[in-house]
Amino acid sequence: MNNLVVLPLLIPLLTAVVLIFLFKKVQLQRWISLVSLLINIVVAALLVGQVSEKGIQTLYMGGWLPPYGIVFVADMFSALLVLTTLAAAAGCLLYAFRTVGEKREKYYFYPFLQFLLAGVIGSFMTGDLFNLFVCFEVMLISSYVLIVLGGSRRQLRETLKYILINILSSALFVASMAILYGTIGTLNMAHISVRVAEAQQGGMLNIISIMFLIVFALKAGLFLFYWLPGSYSVPPTAVIALFGALLTKVGLYAVIRTFTLMFYHDQGFTHTIIAWMAAATMILGGIGAAAYKDVHRILNYNVILSVGFIAFGLSVATRESLDGTVLYLIHDMIAKALLFILGGMMISAANSSHLDQMGGLIKKYPAVGWMFFVLALALVGIPPLSGFTGKVLMVSGGIEGGQFWLTAVAVMSSLMVLYSLIRVFMGAFWREDPMLPVTERKKWPVSVYVSAGALFIIVIGLGLGAEWVYSFASQAGEVLSNPSIYIDAVLKE
Amino acid sequence: MELYMALTIGVLFAVGVYLILSKSLLRIILGTSLVTHAIHLLLLTTARLKTGAAPLLGEKAESYVDPLPQALILTSIVISFGVTSFFFVLAYKAYQRLGTDDMEELRGREDE
Repeated sequence: MNNLVVLPLLIPLLTAVVLIFLFKKVQLQRWISLVSLLINIVVAALLVGQVSEKGIQTLYMGGWLPPYGIVFVADMFSALLVLTTLAAAAGCLLYAFRTVGEKREKYYFYPFLQFLLAGVIGSFMTGDLFNLFVCFEVMLISSYVLIVLGGSRRQLRETLKYILINILSSALFVASMAILYGTIGTLNMAHISVRVAEAQQGGMLNIISIMFLIVFALKAGLFLFYWLPGSYSVPPTAVIALFGALLTKVGLYAVIRTFTLMFYHDQGFTHTIIAWMAAATMILGGIGAAAYKDVHRILNYNVILSVGFIAFGLSVATRESLDGTVLYLIHDMIAKALLFILGGMMISAANSSHLDQMGGLIKKYPAVGWMFFVLALALVGIPPLSGFTGKVLMVSGGIEGGQFWLTAVAVMSSLMVLYSLIRVFMGAFWREDPMLPVTERKKWPVSVYVSAGALFIIVIGLGLGAEWVYSFASQAGEVLSNPSIYIDAVLKE
Repeated sequence: MELYMALTIGVLFAVGVYLILSKSLLRIILGTSLVTHAIHLLLLTTARLKTGAAPLLGEKAESYVDPLPQALILTSIVISFGVTSFFFVLAYKAYQRLGTDDMEELRGREDE
């Protein structure tokens, strides 16, 4: 029992409620939301420290012992993801301050951002399947509003599709939960895992696990990603950065949790399907990233590509590759937030998102240019930078697990990341074209530079301090590869 | 009893999916409501439809029906109410701004 476990969820929830009353006072809203996020980062860091010292922390809501009550569980995986979420969200919030527009800020932008965070963090922490569904809905409803806020024609059009696809996947989520409850009669994740082990996964349980895979793959953009490129190109940059960093990763977290904790008995069946989906996602994402000349599209397909890559780490499911998956997931959340922020800066500097209408930005914006370049190398996984350790562990885990073709596709996908991002870099920053309209040098407010700079420092820090980060990530990988640790922590007497 | 419920749910799912695949936005929203009805009935059905008293301790009965799925359905109903009303308002707004409810015309171009 540890009340610290629920604080990362409670702080954004309370902040959101307070912010609703202050909707006219924009300056006050900014300060309150920033301060609450910073406090929350400290709380999450404390939680990570506690988990690394004392093992998995649990909180039984209302004192009801599992499986009867709802339990909140902070193992190292979820604690790390919560900390990363908050760091990425703080970067996006700082970027939003002066770029998102006063009109949005007056119409509840900050409360919805906090509600989104509450949903994301709740999804990471909960130990109950139906509670996971509720947290998903909290997150999704806030994301509907954040996408459509502003109400331009494109936003309305794309939000219609985004809502429809998410209503359907949520309906499927409840349906699969209903069948699961009918089959084994419990909704607590640890208890489900015990019952699935008793019932010998196969037949019906395999079908349920594939239904869950479809649901979470829809949310994560794993193979079923056709909704993503359109939806993620309409809202303002700060919102896209938040979505690119957090939303798909929550789906991925759910996939990883489901197939390491609950349905891990028939890996020949389930993990082969995940492997095929991961390979297809990497290939299609790579093709998409190479095909477009629109910066938004290229970055969105890069999100899809990395989702495929992380799913590859899960599908191999050796200890080493799971460690790598955790490391890469953390790196990817921060790096994607920064990538979209820098992309947004490029687009606003050139007044266009089309690569043909950009060029020669490096002279006016050397800092943005070189940050983008280093970030591109980090995403590819060039050694001193942050993407490297995770990728190495996943690739060597893949070879060890005998998945040679899949590993080859994963390595090739890194090349596609390199190609697409360097194409953006060369097109936007280097090429001098006399035909281009001369735009004046844009001066961004300080908060924009602070947000990009802070995220950049984290990306560099994750690379240079890889050994230190790895000591935490391997603790997370240990729980993922050995679910009995999790089950014992939750269902202890 | 479960068999009849299963057939009903199957029909609801089929009609819902058929409506969602149509062109008009309103039919799509109706389709999503039908699918939601189907999953709520599914939740009720998979928890077994044995006869028993309503889950009120004042009934002092021998056996009660399973209270958990009823709580889950209640939660899910409220959530889908919220989402559906948002969807309806969004559809109304989209009709005002875009002047159409035909999904074929909402494909979208890059130059808007």
